[in-house]
Amino acid sequence: MGDLVKIQDLYVWFRVYGGYMKVLNGVNFSVGKGEKVSIVGETGCGKTTTMKTILRILSSQAHIPKGEVLFEEKDILKMKEGEIKRLRGRGVAMIFQDPMASLNPVFTIGDQLAAVISHSGVQDLDKEKIRQLSINALKEVKLPDPERILGSYPFQMSGGMRQRICIAMALATERALIIADEPTTNLDVTIQDQILALLRELVTKRGNSLILITHSLGIARENADRIYVMYAGNMVEVSNNEELFCNPLHPYTEMLLGCVPKLSGGGIAEGIAGRIPDYLNPPPGCRFEPRCPYATDRCREEKPDFVDVGNGHKVACFKYN
Amino acid sequence: MGINLLKRIGLSIFVLFGLSILIFIISRVVPGDPARLALGPRAPEWAVQKLRQEMHLDKPLYTQYVLWLDGLVHGDLGRSLVTRRSVTTDIKEFLPATLEIVILSAIVLVFGGIFLGIISAKFTNSWLDGLIRVISYLGIVSPAFVWAIIFVLIFGYNIPIFPTMGRLSPGVVPPPMITGMYTVDSLITGNFGTFVDAFKHLVLPAIALAMGGMAQAARITRSSMLDNMGKDYIAAEKAYGIPEGLIFVKYLLKPSLIPTVSVASLDIAALFGNAFLVELIFNYPGFSRYGISAMLNKDLNAIAGVIMVLGVIFVTINIIIDFIVAYLDPRIGLAGR
Ligand SMILES: Nc1ncnc2c1ncn2[C@@H]1O[C@H](COP(=O)(O)OP(=O)(O)OP(=O)(O)O)[C@@H](O)[C@H]1O
Ligand code: SF4
Ligand SMILES: [Mg+2]
Repeated sequence: MGDLVKIQDLYVWFRVYGGYMKVLNGVNFSVGKGEKVSIVGETGCGKTTTMKTILRILSSQAHIPKGEVLFEEKDILKMKEGEIKRLRGRGVAMIFQDPMASLNPVFTIGDQLAAVISHSGVQDLDKEKIRQLSINALKEVKLPDPERILGSYPFQMSGGMRQRICIAMALATERALIIADEPTTNLDVTIQDQILALLRELVTKRGNSLILITHSLGIARENADRIYVMYAGNMVEVSNNEELFCNPLHPYTEMLLGCVPKLSGGGIAEGIAGRIPDYLNPPPGCRFEPRCPYATDRCREEKPDFVDVGNGHKVACFKYN
Repeated sequence: MGINLLKRIGLSIFVLFGLSILIFIISRVVPGDPARLALGPRAPEWAVQKLRQEMHLDKPLYTQYVLWLDGLVHGDLGRSLVTRRSVTTDIKEFLPATLEIVILSAIVLVFGGIFLGIISAKFTNSWLDGLIRVISYLGIVSPAFVWAIIFVLIFGYNIPIFPTMGRLSPGVVPPPMITGMYTVDSLITGNFGTFVDAFKHLVLPAIALAMGGMAQAARITRSSMLDNMGKDYIAAEKAYGIPEGLIFVKYLLKPSLIPTVSVASLDIAALFGNAFLVELIFNYPGFSRYGISAMLNKDLNAIAGVIMVLGVIFVTINIIIDFIVAYLDPRIGLAGR
C-alpha cells in the first residue's frame, strides 16, 4: 500500500507569553490508501495538533521549525493556496472532537452542508444538485427526515445527531482521507457504538483512508488496522492491531495496557502515575523519562529514534536500540 | 413571525398604558401648583383659579386621568405652560429635528462601529488596529458634548467645512412641512440645495452623538470576532476549503454581530438623552432641549407629552432590535418557526 499521508520528523511550537510551547517533537506517522489507522494518547499529547497540520488549519500562534507533511508525496507545508484548496475540498475531511462546537450555531444545516459541497471541487453543481447531494449525505448517516434537518439549526439537534451531521459533511463528496478526532468522546456511551459502527461502515464501503483518534485502546482495537501510541508530542510506538496487544514494547504502552480495565471511562491519565510534561520546558531527552521505570542516564540526555524492530512494528525507546 | 409581531405590539401597548398612568400620577403628585407656576407669583387669584378649571385641576384625580388619556389618544396633550402653545404642536416642531440627528447618528453608530470592528479584527495587532482601539477608548471615555465642542472648534473654526449652528444656514427657506425632517421634506419636494444644507447641519451633531456608541460597537465587534475565530466551527469551515474571505464576511461575522446589536440598541435609545447637550452646543432647536426645559420649568403637560413620545420611540426601537437579533441568532427563536 502506498502512503497517502506521510509525516516526517514534524515539530510544531506555539508562541505563548514567556516563550514557545514545544508541543510536537519530531512526529513520524503515515497512513496508507484505504487503510484505517488509530492514534491513541492521553489528553494534551498533540493528536489534534498533528491532524490540524495536515489541513494547515493551525492557529496563527503556531510555528513549524522543522518537518514534512506529505500528501501523495507533495509537501503540504509548501503548498500554494490553490493546491491547499484542492486538498481541503477533495483530499481530506476532518470530523472534529466536539459536535456541539463544530457546527456554526447561526446557520441552518442545509446552508452549511451546501457550503461544504459547493467548495468540494465537484463540477457542474447547481442548487438542485447540491440539495440532492445534501439529502443523500444525511440519508447515508441514517438521519430521519433529511428535508426537515436541512432547514434546522444545530441547536435543535441532539449531540448524536450533530455528530452524524458532521460525518455527513465529511462524506458528502468524494474524499481520500477521513480524519475523525475523538468523534464519540463527548457523546453518551450508548450512542458511541452506533456512531463508530456507522463511520466504520461508510469508510469501508467507500474505501477511504481513516485516521481515528481516541483515548481508548478498546475503540482503537475494534476499528483500526494499525495503531499509533502517542506521548507528549511523539509517536512512541506503532504496530499492527493484534501485535500491539500481545507484544507491546514501549514502557508507556505497557502501562496503558496494564490499566486497560480502568479505561472503561475512556480516560488514560487517571490510570498512570505522573502527567504530561510542561511543554515550555520539556525534558531534553526522552519525554517519557520522568515517568519511566526503566529510565537510564542516556534517556535523560538523548532523544530515542523511532526505529523498526521488524514487520512494521516501530518503537521510540532505548530499551530496543 | 406575524404572530410574534402582533404579540410584541400588544405587549407594547400594555407597557405604554402603564407608562401613561405612571407619568400622570407623578405629574400630579409633585408639589407646587402648576397653574400658579404658569402664571407667575404676581397674577391675581381669580386668573389662577380660571386656569385651574381649564386644566381640570379642580376635578378628582381619576377624572383628570380619563380626560388626559382621552386627549392623548386624540393627539391632544394639552397646552404647554411655557411656550403657550399646544404640546402637540411643539412636539411636531421639535421631534423631527431631533429624529433627523438621532437617525443619522444611529446609522453612523451601527455601521461605523461594525465597520471599524471588522477592520480591527481583520488586521489584529497592526497599526490600524492600534489606532482604532485608541480612538475607541477615547470614544468611550469622552461624553458626546466633549466631541461636540471639539468638532465645533475644528470644523467650525479651524477648518470651517461644516456649519455649527441651527438647522439651516441663514437665508435658506425651510422646506414645506411634510414629515418635519428638513432633509426628508426637501428631498420629497425636490429642493436639492436645501437638502444639502440641512444635511450638512446634521453631520457634526450626529457624529458627536454617535462617538460613544460607535466606539463601544467597534470594541464589541472586534472582540467577539476574535473570540469566534478560535471556535471549532470556523476551523472546520476552513478545513472544508470554504474560502477565508467568505468565512470572514459570512460565517464569522453573523454570529459575532449578536452581542454588538444587543449593546448598540441600548446606546441608540440613550441617544435621545445625550442629545440634550449636543443640541445646546450646536444651538439646535430639538426635542431633547424642549424636554429638558419642560422639566426645569415644571411644565407638566409638556413633560407628560415628551415622556409618552419617548416611551413610544423606545418601545419601537426595542421591537425592531429584537427582530434583528432574532434574525441573527436563530436560538432566540422569535423570527424562527
Ligand atoms: N493555539 C495554541 N496555543 C497554545 N497552545 C496550544 C494551542 N493549541 C494547542 N496547544 C497546546 O498543545 C497541546 C496539545 O494539544 P492538542 O489539542 O493537540 O491535544 P490533544 O492530544 O488533541 O488532546 P485532547 O485529547 O484533549 O484533544 C496542549 O497542551 C495544548 O495546550
Ligand atoms: S527511552 Fe528511556 S525513558 Fe524513554 S521510554 Fe525508553 S527506557 Fe523509558
Ligand atoms: Mg484533541
